[in-house]
Formats: sequence, structure tokens, C-alpha cells
Amino acid sequence: MKYVLLAYESDADFDARNDAERSEAYWAGWMAYSAALTEAGVAQGGAAVHPPTTATAVQLRNGERHVQDGPYPDSKEHLGGWFIIDVPDLDTALEWAARCPSSASAGTEVRPLLEM
Amino acid sequence: MTTTHQAAVEAATHSYGRLVALLASQTGDVVTAEDALADAFEAALRTWPDRGVPDAPDAWLLTTARRRFIDETRRTATARRARAHVAIMIDNLASIDATGAIPDKRLELLFTCAHPAIDPKVRTPLMLQVVLGLDAQRMSSSFLVAPSTLAQRLVRAKTKIRDAGIGFRVPEADELPDRLDAVLDAIYGGYTAGRSGHDDPRRSQVADESVRLARLIADLMPDHPETLGLLAVVLYTEARRGAGRDASGAFVPLVEQPTSAWSGELVEEADGALARVRRAGFLGPFGLEAHIQAVHMERRRTGVTDWSRILGLYDTLLLVSPTAGAHVAAAAAALEAEGPAAALARLDQVGDVAATYQPWWAVRAHALRRAGEPAAADAFRRAAGMAEDPAIRSYLLGLADEP
Repeated sequence: MKYVLLAYESDADFDARNDAERSEAYWAGWMAYSAALTEAGVAQGGAAVHPPTTATAVQLRNGERHVQDGPYPDSKEHLGGWFIIDVPDLDTALEWAARCPSSASAGTEVRPLLEM
Repeated sequence: MTTTHQAAVEAATHSYGRLVALLASQTGDVVTAEDALADAFEAALRTWPDRGVPDAPDAWLLTTARRRFIDETRRTATARRARAHVAIMIDNLASIDATGAIPDKRLELLFTCAHPAIDPKVRTPLMLQVVLGLDAQRMSSSFLVAPSTLAQRLVRAKTKIRDAGIGFRVPEADELPDRLDAVLDAIYGGYTAGRSGHDDPRRSQVADESVRLARLIADLMPDHPETLGLLAVVLYTEARRGAGRDASGAFVPLVEQPTSAWSGELVEEADGALARVRRAGFLGPFGLEAHIQAVHMERRRTGVTDWSRILGLYDTLLLVSPTAGAHVAAAAAALEAEGPAAALARLDQVGDVAATYQPWWAVRAHALRRAGEPAAADAFRRAAGMAEDPAIRSYLLGLADEP
């Protein structure tokens, strides 16, 4: 079954990406995790996204366009990226989610992929 | 938590477990037994810490259960037969002299929870729930499953116990060894699932309660050396609790832990259990594992670790219980006793578990580093990528970057 692991991160995590002292440890954790998924043969894809400050939200309401700065919805924790994995069951997906670096900060949401 | 508070919780849990076991063993229905005592147990947890433990805790719980459960059962016209049955039993038990001993059926209940007809994944949480009263919400993080899923699995297991008519009994001698192994595995599984969470308070609670189960079964079946072996393993591991982190929160591997950080009291208690295993003259997997842990603890006195003795014990363990964990631990001992080539050869023998087993990569990385192989860095990164504990991830990534 395919699952998406949605990695949520805090502001501190997004800051760590470019921080002189923390960026190396931050990226080393993600690279190691991503490589482990690939080498275990479960990785199906994924991507990382820029911090929420770069987000723009678009809504259509009664034919009117609303374009806003910032992420949707607004919260303290934001999507930092995602992985799609193919594993036998939810238990295995949760095992991989627990190892995801974001699980030790904001959290990782696991959802089965809707097959179309 | 104060000592008085702790003692009150302890007493309430003890009585609750014994009464659930007694009611369930007579009706074959765990759900109704828990249902009957739920309100009374909650009231005990709320009031005993402040007002003190009553002189006759069992009688207190029964009287409280009697007021609430029986009244409610009488009021409900559609009371199922089991509810009515339990209500009558509580009535009878509550009316006997408060000093009258209530038979202890917790051992039977443990065997029911670890029955072959019960899904192995649910056995540990089932035991913790019915014998010690833990709820799914508090246990779910230890077993890495959503609380609602765990609650469903528990209900399904209890329904199966009732509907399939799984008996509440200690198995006969011919099937006892296998059935006892299942009980001990489930207790140990709860301990490791809880304790591997380091400081996580909810997972710590699951570990603490599993220690309690280990003590309970060693107490109820002292003539079976594996119960004492399990208790010794758990206590040796408990003795090192907290020593796996330094002041800054960084991971400290077992061989680098200062022995002053270990609890002498728990080591002595474990040594006592192990001495009784030795006298019994039978060594099963837990007895062997306890011997291995005892050799590690000897560093307290000798200042060194006897790796060839540990390797010999692992090789014996592999004869009786060839698990992936034992193979990898034997390879780690071989690395110290015989060098990197021996360790790598052992790891290659079980290479098919590699993709999913983090310790395999960690031991392989250490062996490659010791052999001077540049591939060690990638192996450390791979082990780091599979680590759940952030402190262990940082530790392994740090080793990957060392020359």
C-alpha cells in the first residue's frame, strides 16, 4: 500500500535550514533518512518545500479571486515536505514515520494514498 | 509522585487486577469483569491517595462496585446474562468477611491474554489493560499505533476470549513451556517498547508496568527459571536506565557508560534472581540473556568487559533462539572479541534482515570503521537514517563524519 508521510516542521526547523551552526546537522538527518527509505526499497518519491513565508494562498469565492500572502491554513507548524512510500501495511508506515526527523519536532502525518 | 500516593495507586491496581481476574475466570468474560469494576477502580485511584488505603482494599472495591454496577444492572431491563451473573458474584464476594482471602487468578488471566488464538500484536497491551488497568490512550505510543486502532484491537481480543470460549487456566505440563514463553515474550515486549522511548513519560509508564508484570510472574511461578531469567534481564536493564545519556543529553553507548551511573540496588536484586536461575539448572533464552547482561555488569568490579564470554553465551543463545537481534548482538560481541572480519562475516550470514533492521547497520558501520574501510561512513549514515531516537541519530551522524 502507498502512504504519504507529511512532514510538519516548526519555525525553529525552518530557521535551522540556513543557520550556520545548525544547518549541517539538520540536513544530515534528512539526507540519512531519505537515503534509508531509498535503500530499503520503499521510497516512491517526495519533495521538500520552502518555508511558509514563501507561500501564497489562492481561493475562489462567488467568482471572486482572493489571493493572500502566507500559508493556508495559518498555524504554528507547517508542511516542510513529504515522502511517498510503498509498504505492506500501516504498521510499517508508522515505523518509518517514527524515524522521520520531523517526528521529533512538529510531527509526521501518515495518510494512505487515494489510488486513481 | 509521593511515596504515599504511589503506594495507594499500587494497592488500587493490585486489588483491581485480582478482582478482574477472579470475575473473568469465573464467567469467561473479561469485558463485563472490567465493566463491573471500572467505576470502583476510578474512585479508588481518586480517593485513596488522599484518604489513605482502606484496611481491606478488596472489600472496599467490591462494596463500591456493588453499589454502582449492581444498581445499574438491576435498572437496565435488558441486562445481559453475563452482567447479571457478575452482579451476583460481586454481591456474594462483598458479603463475605473482609479478611476472607480472595483467590488469585491473575496467572490464569495472563495465560488467557497470551493464548495462541489471540493476535500476538495485542497480547502485551491486553495484559497491561486487564491485569493493571492501563487504557489504550496511555499505551498507544509505546506500540506505535493510533489510540482508536489499539482500542478496537483490545475490544476484538476480549470479544474473542468470550465468544471462542478461551479457558482461564494455567496450561498442563506438556504445553506449559510454549505457552509460558508466549507470556514472557509479551511482558518483555512491553518493557522494551516502553523503555526504548527514553524519557517519554507515557512510554515510561508502560515500561514500569511491564516491570511490575515481570515481578508478578516471577513471584507466581518461581519454580520456572525462565520467569526469573526474564526478571533478571529486566532489572539489569533497569539498573542502567538513565546512564545512556550524558549531562547534555547526548547518547552514551553501553561500553562507555560510567558504572557509577548504574543502580547498585537493582543490580543486586537482578543478581539474586540470576542466582536462583543458576540453582534451577535449566537455561532458556531469558536465562542466557540474563547471564550476558550479568557479564556486562561485572565491569563494575573488574573495570573490563569479558567479550569472549559474552560471545560464547550469544552462540549458545543462537542455538535455542536464533533471532535477528541475537545474531546482530553476537556480531557486535565478535567485533570486540575477534575483530572486524569475524563481525562482518556474521552480519553477512543474516544479510536478508538488513533492509529493515537498524542495529544491523550500526554494528556493520562500527566493524567497517574498525577495519579501516571508507564504506563505514555510508553505513553510519544508513543506521542514522533508520534511527528513531534523535540522540542516537546525532551520535551516528557524528561517527559518519569522523575520519
